[in-house]
Amino acid sequence: MSDVFPSMPAGTVTGNRGLVVEEPLLFEQGSPGGSGVDLPEPRDLPDALGGFRRTGPIGLPGLSEPQVVRHYTRLSQKNYSIDAGFYPLGSCTMKYNPRLNEKVARLTGLGDLHPFQPVSTVQGALAAMDALAAWLMELTGMAGVAMSPAAGAHGELCGLMTIRAAQEAKGNPRKIILVPESAHGTNPASAALCGYSVVAIPATEDGRVDIAALQEKLSEDVAGIMLTNPNTCGLFERDVRQIAEMVHAAGAFFYMDGANFNALIGRVKIADLGVDAMHINLHKTFSTPHGGGGPGAGPTVLSPALAAFAPLPFVRKSGDAYELVETRAQAGKKAQPFGRMKGFHGQFGVMLRALAYAMSLGADGLRQTSGDAVLNANYLLARLKDVLTAPFEGPCMHEALFDDGFLKDTGVTTLDFAKALIDEGYHPMTMYFPLVVHGALLMEPTESESKQTLDLFVETVRALAAKARAGEADFFHAAPRLTPRRRLDETLAARKPVLRWKPQEN
Amino acid sequence: MAKIYFSEEHEWISVEGGVGTVGITEYAQEQLGDVVFVELPEIGGAVDKGDDVAVVESVKAASEVYSPVSGEIVEINEDLAEAPGLVNQSAEADGWFYKISLSEPSELDDLMNRQEYDAFVEGLD
Amino acid sequence: MRYLPLSAEDRAAMLAAIGAGSVDDLFRDIPAEVRAGGTFKLPCHQDEMAVERAFHAFAWRNLSPACAPTFLGAGAYRHHIPAAVDALIQRGEFLTSYTPYQPEISQGTLQALFEFQTQVCLLTGMEVSNASMYDAATACAEAVLMAARVTRRKAALISGAVHPHYADVILTQTGHTDIACERLSPDPLGIEDLMGRIDEGLACVVVQTPSFFGRLADFTALSAQCRAHGVLLVVAVPEPVSLGALMPPGEMGADIVAVDGSSLGMPLSFGGPGVGLFATREKYVRNMPGRLVGETLDVDGRRGWVLTLSTREQHIRREKATSNICTNSGLCALAFSIHVALLGDAGFAKLAAVNHAAACALARKVGAVKGVKVVTPAFFNEFAVMLPKPAAAVVEALAERGILGGVPVSRFYPMFPEMENLLLLSATELNTDAEMSVLAKALTEVLK
Repeated sequence: MSDVFPSMPAGTVTGNRGLVVEEPLLFEQGSPGGSGVDLPEPRDLPDALGGFRRTGPIGLPGLSEPQVVRHYTRLSQKNYSIDAGFYPLGSCTMKYNPRLNEKVARLTGLGDLHPFQPVSTVQGALAAMDALAAWLMELTGMAGVAMSPAAGAHGELCGLMTIRAAQEAKGNPRKIILVPESAHGTNPASAALCGYSVVAIPATEDGRVDIAALQEKLSEDVAGIMLTNPNTCGLFERDVRQIAEMVHAAGAFFYMDGANFNALIGRVKIADLGVDAMHINLHKTFSTPHGGGGPGAGPTVLSPALAAFAPLPFVRKSGDAYELVETRAQAGKKAQPFGRMKGFHGQFGVMLRALAYAMSLGADGLRQTSGDAVLNANYLLARLKDVLTAPFEGPCMHEALFDDGFLKDTGVTTLDFAKALIDEGYHPMTMYFPLVVHGALLMEPTESESKQTLDLFVETVRALAAKARAGEADFFHAAPRLTPRRRLDETLAARKPVLRWKPQEN
Repeated sequence: MAKIYFSEEHEWISVEGGVGTVGITEYAQEQLGDVVFVELPEIGGAVDKGDDVAVVESVKAASEVYSPVSGEIVEINEDLAEAPGLVNQSAEADGWFYKISLSEPSELDDLMNRQEYDAFVEGLD
Repeated sequence: MRYLPLSAEDRAAMLAAIGAGSVDDLFRDIPAEVRAGGTFKLPCHQDEMAVERAFHAFAWRNLSPACAPTFLGAGAYRHHIPAAVDALIQRGEFLTSYTPYQPEISQGTLQALFEFQTQVCLLTGMEVSNASMYDAATACAEAVLMAARVTRRKAALISGAVHPHYADVILTQTGHTDIACERLSPDPLGIEDLMGRIDEGLACVVVQTPSFFGRLADFTALSAQCRAHGVLLVVAVPEPVSLGALMPPGEMGADIVAVDGSSLGMPLSFGGPGVGLFATREKYVRNMPGRLVGETLDVDGRRGWVLTLSTREQHIRREKATSNICTNSGLCALAFSIHVALLGDAGFAKLAAVNHAAACALARKVGAVKGVKVVTPAFFNEFAVMLPKPAAAVVEALAERGILGGVPVSRFYPMFPEMENLLLLSATELNTDAEMSVLAKALTEVLK
């Protein structure tokens, strides 16, 4: 095997392997004084820096434009991406990012707007924000939407802060947020930031919230519940309406984590489920690019009970004109904003992309996306459940969950299995999440994949599973072999953190 | 002669002359994997039995260390800052975390001896 | 529908493999009484041309700064973006990848972020940087939370020089924690006394340079005072280009630095998305929020990069995490980093010099207009002027003349009547002498 898959870097002079080229750090290239930007000479005027001048150089390398372009082009070639291949990363929704969205976000008159132009000069921008808000409210049936949260976790915090504000307005903020044990880690972290303590609710055998346990935990101290639905096991919480009723009866609010809203879009208005607040990850459901870890956006839809507490800023229509409400003084009596979550007006550029996506697909197309996403996930589940082990009965929603039962006694772990998939040209599925099953493998194919792609993936996974059970553990332990770098030493990185380049000391 | 006790949270405490030396057990370090960082309490701090006084981190997990007894922190193991791997190499000797001057020595009665702890661990698997 | 590859035949074959009668069957866990059919009052799908047309219509209703003399700042500064930046960040391998959790196939993003962290350290004069935050305002809030963790103290002081949005976000984010934040009144003239307010009860003091009103400050003495009392100094920087001309916060003794990075590499985009830079001292690294990239070796001994110290983060610590942040601003950090790489030391310094000289020229021009008084003695590329009339009305009148002539302070501080006539003006490398003359002439008319 080692003849086919060399374990050492290619025996080339350079260490390069064809299209994969070794690339030093920026700081190991260039020459002092070089630059890739030509600028005009500064006007010759006495300075007004008042003696606060920088005295030493910054220490940046000087590179020409072609050097910089080649550097980043080479780096890009060491990245997997949704453009290049199948990315079934569960709970992350790696769907295709349409290029039209990039184009419209860059239009002159949109991409170049300054946040503090007079409001009379940005009516089109406010109209676009309002248009997206209208889509989000209609798709969810909710009464209001806070547009400024910058990401999912930020939206969660926004939802909890509105809940807290509403509870305070009723006279008592209460103390506890209930969170199912299968929740994303952001849920308890957000609740803690909002001054709540977190109480976990156990799951039932079939991977859903244990209603009896929930009833036991509900009390006058509970401010709300945070429930991901479909949950992180990819299952719809069938009892969601009953849960909402129980929560409301206890005087608490129902926050639904909308991380998985892409499974429900066009299928159910979440207002009909009794939800009081839900964030929508525009970078998941509405296909804005993940960009290697952001930027995202997490607009948070709100029920009538919570809408008045939405944070600043917000767009308000008065007659034919749009107002941008930026301060409490402007908010008026009806609105009671709990504060401000972000500088400026939110992730406008992300909103534009999401709006273009919504308009492109329309109500019919969005409904088709959830249909195809759920169909693709169930297809994976159906075609893999005889060789992998599925902890829960289907149908699943937009993602299919397996555990590592099929790897028992093979000496191969979920991680090893995933690394072997990398050599086959796939981004691995999400591993070890959710925590409620052992050695989880969570696959989210999204609606962007063709049947042909899924079939080849299924054949690959089946072949690898057979290989694992045939006792070829060493093959898996040595994976990946064909990547720009092989397994990296995370212990070394954490024990002796090197977090920046430093000049060699002489 | 020091006497050693164990808690259900997998800490050990070796007591001599009213001062206990605390660390995590061999079993605990095995469960954690490569330890990359240990956050230790401040010297002089007063702790109650059961307080989370330290955090031990591996690459993928962070675990609280709960004080098995009440008292005042009198010394911490400075070597762990440079060499957190000591916890893996020598969990029950060189990889100790802190020393505590016991305020309630009777709390030791609630802990296990070596034999009891070994049986307790056996029951976990 | 152009984004959906499955054909009707595919769907039928897949349903057969699953053993389901229809796609709707797969949604049977949703209670039937709330399952929605065609009940959405929304339009149907549209082709590219129709969508583009709609966006052009949105754009036409705005006054683009590209088509108007523009002197707007207040925390968002217009700069030229080299063409290579956008071309590179639109490479699908950067644009359409996820957070680099699988380092073997994410070395591009990881190395770029490691370089970004290094650039941020060099620019701010700090020792460590994370891989970015949402924006400067949230970075400031995270800084206060971090200072409270480090010092185990429960109070923070926010200078009146700090951008009101940063201060608002700090107050909102800490509002339900046990940290008490005191915010000082807006301070256009730099007269507040921070030195006398530093005591053992404080976790941190948050200051800013250039200030919201454009003033420059040296925090060296303040940082010494802070250190003597165990208080952390948090320095916010709204304009990273200023770091090419000004003493970096690290040299002044800052403990945490929060910078709005959106001046470099990315369009203003009505204020978002941007990127927050967050840097601190090495000894505080384990209390730092956000993602971190670290250097290591692979099994073949080759240098590579991984996300590290992730035990600080929410997916492991949950409610005990340093922050609830999951997503950051990866692509904006990349854009920032590419722009900085293109500039290099010489280019960065020159960009700063061109900006400052432009602002000096603007101050001269508008300072000569009757009734206008420049009230900021030392500034970088933005300063405040006192007008004889309410600034908001003046700005509206200028807008009617097609000029984006500054930001009225009253937009942020409507409750402070003494700020009503105060206007913030900024100039960058993009502003020509001709534009400045147009502004001065229009101001003269409007103030008549």
